[in-house]
Amino acid sequence: MIESLVPSGSTFAGDIDGLFVLICVIVGVFFFATLGMFLWMLVRFRARDGVPAQYITGNEPHLKTWITTPHAIIILCDVLLIVGALRVWYNVKQHMPEDVEVIGVVGQQWAWTFVHAGPDGKIDTSDDIAVIDEMHVQVDKEYVFRLESVDVLHSFSVPTWRLKQDAVPGRVILGWFEATLTGEFGIQCAEMCGIGHGIMGARLFVETAEEHAAWMAQAGGTSS
Amino acid sequence: MNAPAHGHDHVHDDGGHHHHHEMTFVEKYIFPTDHKYIGKQYLLTGMLMAVFGGFFAYAFRMQLAWPGSDIPLFGHMSPAEYNAAVTNHGTIMIFWVAMPVLIAAFGNFLIPLMVGADDMVFPRLNRLSYQIFLVSAIVIVASLFVPGGGFGGAWTAYPPLSGDSAYNLTPLGSSLWLVAVALEFVAFLVGGINFIVTAMNARAPGMKWTDVPMVVWMICIASILFMASVGPLMAGAVMLLFDQTLHTGFFDPRQGGDPILWQHLFWFFGHPEVYVVLLPATGMVAEVVAVHSRKKLFGYKTILFTAVGTGVLSFFVWAHHQFIAGIDPRMANIFTITTVLISIPIAEMMFLYIATLYGGSIRFTTPMLWALGFIFAFLIGGVTGIPLGASGADIYLHDSYFVIAHFHFTFFPIAFIGTFTGLTHWFPKMFGRMMNETLGKIHFWGTIIAVHCLFLPMFVLGLAGHHRRIYDYTNFPELSTPFLTNIGIFATVSLLVLLAFQFVFVFNFFYSMFKGPVAEANPWKAGSLEWQCPSPPPHGNFGEHLPTVYRGPYEYSVPGRDKDYWPQSEPA
Repeated sequence: MIESLVPSGSTFAGDIDGLFVLICVIVGVFFFATLGMFLWMLVRFRARDGVPAQYITGNEPHLKTWITTPHAIIILCDVLLIVGALRVWYNVKQHMPEDVEVIGVVGQQWAWTFVHAGPDGKIDTSDDIAVIDEMHVQVDKEYVFRLESVDVLHSFSVPTWRLKQDAVPGRVILGWFEATLTGEFGIQCAEMCGIGHGIMGARLFVETAEEHAAWMAQAGGTSS
Repeated sequence: MNAPAHGHDHVHDDGGHHHHHEMTFVEKYIFPTDHKYIGKQYLLTGMLMAVFGGFFAYAFRMQLAWPGSDIPLFGHMSPAEYNAAVTNHGTIMIFWVAMPVLIAAFGNFLIPLMVGADDMVFPRLNRLSYQIFLVSAIVIVASLFVPGGGFGGAWTAYPPLSGDSAYNLTPLGSSLWLVAVALEFVAFLVGGINFIVTAMNARAPGMKWTDVPMVVWMICIASILFMASVGPLMAGAVMLLFDQTLHTGFFDPRQGGDPILWQHLFWFFGHPEVYVVLLPATGMVAEVVAVHSRKKLFGYKTILFTAVGTGVLSFFVWAHHQFIAGIDPRMANIFTITTVLISIPIAEMMFLYIATLYGGSIRFTTPMLWALGFIFAFLIGGVTGIPLGASGADIYLHDSYFVIAHFHFTFFPIAFIGTFTGLTHWFPKMFGRMMNETLGKIHFWGTIIAVHCLFLPMFVLGLAGHHRRIYDYTNFPELSTPFLTNIGIFATVSLLVLLAFQFVFVFNFFYSMFKGPVAEANPWKAGSLEWQCPSPPPHGNFGEHLPTVYRGPYEYSVPGRDKDYWPQSEPA
């Protein structure tokens, strides 16, 4: 459903889309069943001459079952939803890959700085490539991002990856991603950060290994 | 009026009441202690504030549809003005429209009448509540016109942006905004105490707790939720004000403070607050559904338990607003579970309302249309909350237009559909005249269709990646495709239609107040106590003898009786 509007470009994007579809199916069944019941009653029990309303308290067992049965089904569906949500959440936010390349993301009013590890594959070394408002990553490769903010709250949002994480000044927040789709995509700030919030975007370039190496050679050359 | 046969002489010690004293204009309208006039003061102030809130919505939706163009009645909109407009739209609609109208106006007007009292237990405290509220309304409006402009850090006012004028650029606007919100909390604390005490202590003789009309219960539960949740935010508001003015650094990481702490304080209040305004609206819907389908409420006690259950659970869900805010990710698991579980009582409440229609004789009067419209729209709002409460899906949907669409499908039914339900139903009692049904139905259909055309497209925008609070999407190529731009324009045009139909209501409201046909005491043939006194009720409500209650408020269509209603105060 979401992928028809925004391409699905990370390993977990499909999981999040699938979870959304699961939720839509479950709540959709309830929504349309309830709505159908509701509209049927409006037609069936509209005021008609000579037909008085019935005296019903809600304690009649044969009627009460119409409440208690859906009630029980909702509890079952809730368990299903919670399990689905927690599985996706664990994969995206709680589990953290080890020994992978780190990319630094720093938010400030109103720009993003991306600190790419240089040819040595390590961040915080002399060959780091820091670029404003441009993020370059290699496709099919796991990265950990290290998210910081220097002033107010920002939120690092990459719709194509279904990834969003607030940046909090004074904290270092870690997350991970693995892009599966090459191309150029949008990055936005998703947390109100002042008058420039509406222009705080960046571009994401997901490249093949060769393209990425070429970019690194060119960018590293210009920055050193 | 059906006075008790045995003339029960029950007098309340309510201090400051003189039933036979002729009141001056100032005593009656400017500084009243009569709960009905205080209720009307809240109602009219809330409606006036809705004009501000609605105007902001108009202005920023115009900017979104046609970025950078001159907006009629507003002019060119700068990013700072855009942020101030969205911030104050949210703040005003929740704190100065939904709260005063749903809780204060209807609570004040209905509680003493429905429990059979001659006034609130603390009438002067009641007057104080409105006066503080009025000051808070003046302060929030003034905050828009100070140098630097109104506060633009979103209604959630997350620090450090809200705490430091070097970041938000609105030194006066942000402090006045905070003062206004804090004053508003004081006003509702004072008012809420009055509601709870009145419903507990001033009920008519014979009124058991199962004889209390549902809307009174709902307003009392809402007041208890408000009292229990507002303390932490009140403390937070003072701390943030100190951060702004004295540079104390409670929420400033540069001084060892924690910005996330504010989020916890805000949402610990902010989520129960949703139910604070929801419950009175559902209470009014319950009354209207019962009266206009001539049916007893289906499972009175169960409805009550679902309300209490929702209220208790609402204290344990706040961090679902913070899944991706930088909290420990393990916390999200707990809050997903509590959040999804809240679907159980609230869905059950909706089922019970729909079940009330079963076997009824449904009259499609204007108030009934609104009540049914509430159920319809709130169902959409309810089901679309599930993907947001499920942590995994919220990663993508958080702070997107999906959220906006979802909570407008809860807040619009609450604040407006709920209000129209109550207002069209109790208008005869409030003003002693009937509203025009034809205009009422035109207003209903225009509003209900337009509001769905306004907010349903926003689900699509949100799924397509539109983030909130962006003043111009043309800065983001993926978000300004012709398809998405046209959806935005469609939503804006729907808003214009929605606003245009409100003039029908305003005309009907004021015209009927003075020129409508005179209402009888009980035009809807309802059983609860407020319909057993004259329309409008005199000062002191029930005259010399307060009513005695013999049965529940929903004894409609009882077999073997001539009339299909049975007033609570009619002796058996």
